[in-house]
Amino acid sequence: MAEHTHVGKSEAKIDALSLAAGSEKFCDDYQIPGILETALLTSPHAHAEIVDLDTREAEALEGVVDILSYQNVDAVLHTSAGQGFPEPSPYDDLLFDRRVRFAGDLVALVVAESREAALRGVEAIRVEYKLLEPLFDPEAAESPEAPRLHVGEEHAKIPAVYEPDHNLAAEVEISFGDPAAGFADAAFCEEHVYHTQYAAHCALEPHAALARFDARGRLEIITTTQVPFHARRIVSQVCGIPLHRIRVIKPRIGGGFGGKQEVILEPLVALAAWRSKRPVRLVMSRREVFVSSRTRHPMRIRLKTGADAEGRITALEMEGLMNTGAYGSHALTVLSNVGAKVLPLFNKIENLHFHGKAVYTNLPVGGAYRGYGATQGYFAFNQQLDMISRRAGVDMPEYCRRWHIREKETSEVFQALGEGKEGVAQVLSSCCLDECIEQGAQAIGWQEKRGRRLSPGADRVRGVGMAICMQGSGIPLVDMGAAAMKMNEDGSFNLYVGATDIGTGSDTILAQIAAEVLQVDLEKIIVLSSDTDLTPFDVGAYASSTTYISGAAVLKCARKIAGQIISAAAGLLGSDPADLKIEKNRVKDTRRKREAGYAEIAVYALYQHDQFQIQAQASHVAGESPPPFIAQFAEVELDRASGRLRVLKFVSAVDCGQPINPQLTEGQVEGAVLNGISYALCEEYLFNRQGRMRNPSFGDYKIYSPPDMPEMVTILIDSHESSGPFGAKSVGEIAINGPAPAIANALYDAAGVRLFSLPLTPERVWRALRALREENKAKR
Amino acid sequence: MQHINAEFQINGKTVLMSFPADITLLDLLRQAGFTEVKAGCHTGQCGACVVLLDGRPVNSCQVFAASVIGKEITTVAGLGSVHDPHPIQQAFVDAGAVQCGFCTPGMVLVTAALLAENSLPTEEEIKQALDGNLCRCTGYVKIIAAVKLAAERMADHG
Repeated sequence: MAEHTHVGKSEAKIDALSLAAGSEKFCDDYQIPGILETALLTSPHAHAEIVDLDTREAEALEGVVDILSYQNVDAVLHTSAGQGFPEPSPYDDLLFDRRVRFAGDLVALVVAESREAALRGVEAIRVEYKLLEPLFDPEAAESPEAPRLHVGEEHAKIPAVYEPDHNLAAEVEISFGDPAAGFADAAFCEEHVYHTQYAAHCALEPHAALARFDARGRLEIITTTQVPFHARRIVSQVCGIPLHRIRVIKPRIGGGFGGKQEVILEPLVALAAWRSKRPVRLVMSRREVFVSSRTRHPMRIRLKTGADAEGRITALEMEGLMNTGAYGSHALTVLSNVGAKVLPLFNKIENLHFHGKAVYTNLPVGGAYRGYGATQGYFAFNQQLDMISRRAGVDMPEYCRRWHIREKETSEVFQALGEGKEGVAQVLSSCCLDECIEQGAQAIGWQEKRGRRLSPGADRVRGVGMAICMQGSGIPLVDMGAAAMKMNEDGSFNLYVGATDIGTGSDTILAQIAAEVLQVDLEKIIVLSSDTDLTPFDVGAYASSTTYISGAAVLKCARKIAGQIISAAAGLLGSDPADLKIEKNRVKDTRRKREAGYAEIAVYALYQHDQFQIQAQASHVAGESPPPFIAQFAEVELDRASGRLRVLKFVSAVDCGQPINPQLTEGQVEGAVLNGISYALCEEYLFNRQGRMRNPSFGDYKIYSPPDMPEMVTILIDSHESSGPFGAKSVGEIAINGPAPAIANALYDAAGVRLFSLPLTPERVWRALRALREENKAKR
Repeated sequence: MQHINAEFQINGKTVLMSFPADITLLDLLRQAGFTEVKAGCHTGQCGACVVLLDGRPVNSCQVFAASVIGKEITTVAGLGSVHDPHPIQQAFVDAGAVQCGFCTPGMVLVTAALLAENSLPTEEEIKQALDGNLCRCTGYVKIIAAVKLAAERMADHG
C-alpha cells in the first residue's frame, strides 16, 4: 500500500485548540445588538383541537413584539426531515396547526425584547382545547376504532405507501425465495418479539437558530444544523421567502447524532425575523429538546428464523412495527434501514421476508438518530444469532465467520431495499469482518471467559457476548457532495465544502485528503464549510456519508488543482508537463534538475504569464455504498441480588476501510459505543397516562458519565476500499449498533436469562432471574 | 427587579457589571461576552457551564451572580488562548479529546481544579472528578487520556 504523508495520520483536529480555548462560536454565542428573543408555547395535551387561542393579553405585555400561531402563519404542509428532494418523508407537518398531536407539539411562538418578556408572553396566552381521544399504543394504531391523527391534505411526496386514514405513515415489504418452505425444512425455529424504546440524542448543545438581515435585506440564518442546504430549501418552501434571499450558515455545532438533521427552528426564526424585520433568536431549553425535537423511533420487531442442524438459516422472517409518533419524519427510511442495513449481512439466506410498518401515535416524534433503524434491527438479529449458534453447537464467533457476507459477494437486499425506494445493487470490494471477529474475540478473552460464568464474589457472575453489524457509506445515487479550491500566492489553499462538521472532525478529514494530494502541511489547507452563499452544495452530515462522498469530491477537486499547478509549472520551468511531479510544497522536473516552489508557481499564475486563478471544483455521487463492518464484544458482571448489570469491558473491532485520521476514527467508535451502552442499560423515555414525558432532564433521563465507563478497546482493522478516497469507507454510525445485543448476549452467557426489551434495567433483569428460578423449581 | 452594580474579578481582570438581582452567573457571564461558558441544561446536570470560583469548579447556572461579587472567576479563556494555550488545553488537543467541543471548557476547568489539588490523579480519581460533566461525543476515553497527559506534562515541568 502506498505510503501516505497525511492519510492515516492522527493530525490534530483543526478546530480542537480554538474549541479548547473557548474562542470558537456556536450558534448561541453570536452577540447581536437588538436581537429579539423567543419562547415556545407547546401543548400540554397529547391530542386536542384548539377551539380558541387568545393572544390579546400577551400582545399587550411590555416587551412582547409578535406572536406566531396558526392564526397568522400560512399552513404549508411539509416535512421537517432534512432530507434530499423530493423527501421520502410524508408531508404531514405544519409550522402551526389548530390540532395538536402530542404533548409538546408547538402551539405558538412569542417574540419579545427579552427572553423574560417572551416567557411572560407564553404565560399570558389563553388556549381553549377540545380534548380528543389520544392514541398511545402503536399496536392499536390501525384498528378501525383508533383515533386518527392526520385527517387533512397530508400526502407522500414520492410513490410510497402512505395511508393516514388508518394511521399508517409508511410500509415496506420485500420477499425472496419461499420462506414457508424454508421454515418447513428447518431443524429448529426461533421466533421472538423484541422491543426497543424511545431515546434521545442528548447532544450537549441544545438546538438553536438565529436569523438576521444583511445590509441588503437578505436573511442570514445561523443555525445548529446538520443540513444547511436542505434547511435553506425547507425555509424557503415553508415561509414563502425566495431561496435567493436566504443564506444559511452553520457555525461550530455541539453534536448532532441525527437530532439536528431536522428543520424545526429555522423556519420559525426566519418567519419571526421576516415579520419584524429585526434579528431573532430561538434556543430550545433542555426540556424542549427532549420533548419537542426528535427521538429514536421505538420498535417492536418479531424475528423468526429456521435453521438446519448445523445452524444454516433456511428461512428468515422479520416483521417490524415502528412508532413514528405524531409526525412521519424519517419514518419510511428508518423503517427501510431496519432491513436494508441488517439483512445483507447474512447474504446466504435464500428464503427471506421483511415487512415493516410505521404508524402514528400521539407521542413524541421519531427522527434520524445515529444507526438509523440498524440499531433497532441488530438488537433482534444478533440475539437471534446467539440463540441459533448455541442450538447448533457452534461457538458464536465461528458461526458468524461461516455465514457473513464477504468480499466479491452481494445480497439481493441491496437492490430490493433502498431508502424509501428501490436500492442499488452492489458487489462488495472490501470486507474484513473475519479479522474483526478474530481480533475482537482475542481482545475480550473470549476463549477464557465464554460459558465460564466466572464469579468474583457472592451473588456476582460474569459473562461475555458479541454482535456483528454493518452500516453503509452514504446513500448511493442520492447523496451528493461538492468541493471547491483555490490557490493563494504563498502556496496555501482555500478549501470550500458544503460538508457539515458537527463535531465529527470532517473539516479536518477533508483537509487531510486535500493535503495528501497536494503534499502540503495541513495548516496550508484553509477550510471553510457549510455556508450556502460561499460553499458548494452538499447534502450534509448524515447517512455516514461525509468521508466517503464529500471526501471523494475533495479528492477529485484537489487532483484538478494539482493538474493546474503542473501545467503552470511547465510554463514557468519550460518543462514538459509529463516530466513534472508534485513533491512537498513544490513541483519537480524529474528529467532535468529543475523545480519550482508552490509560492513561485502561484505568483507566476496570478501575476506573470497567461494569468489565471488556480482553482477547481468537483462533485461526487457514488454508485455504491460500501458497508463498514464491526464486531463488538461485551464482558458484563451481573449482581444477582439486585439485577444490576455492569459492563466491565467493551471491545470494538471495525473495518472502516483506510482510516483517514485514526484518532478521530477511534473517537467516533468510542462515542458511539458509550452512547450504545447507555441506550442498552438505562436510557428510556417514560410517559404518564396523559402521554406526557415524565423525565425530560439529564437528572431523570440518565446518560452515561465518566464513572460509568467500562474499559474500552477499539481496534481499527487494516482494510482498503477501492472505491473510497484513499481507501476509506465510513465510521460515523456503525459502532452504536452492537452494544445492546452484545450486552444482552453477555447477560445470557452469565445467567441464562434472555431479555427481549430495552433498556436492560435492573428491574427487568431481576424479574427475568426470578422467573428462571421459578421455572427451574417447577422442573425439579 | 432590583439592579446591582458590582465588580467581579474575571480571568484576572476587574470587571464592573450592572445586573438584575436574580440573574445567574451563567447568564451574566454570557451576556457580558464570556460566551466560552456554555449553557447545556440550565439545571446543573451537564457541567458545560462550569467556571472556577476562587479555584473551585461550580456549575455557573446554579449560582446567583449576586452571591459571588468580588470573587475570582476563571473561565476557560482565562486559562489560555489559541496564542498561548494552557498545558491542559494542549493536552486535550493532542489526546484527541475535543470532538464537538461544547463540553470541553467545563472539562478543562474541572481538570485544572483537580490537578491543582492532586497533581497525579489515578484513573478512578479522574472519573470521579469529571462525574458532573457530560459528553456525548467521545465516550470519555480520550478525555481521561487528556487529563493523564496534562498531569504528566505539568508534573514534568513543575
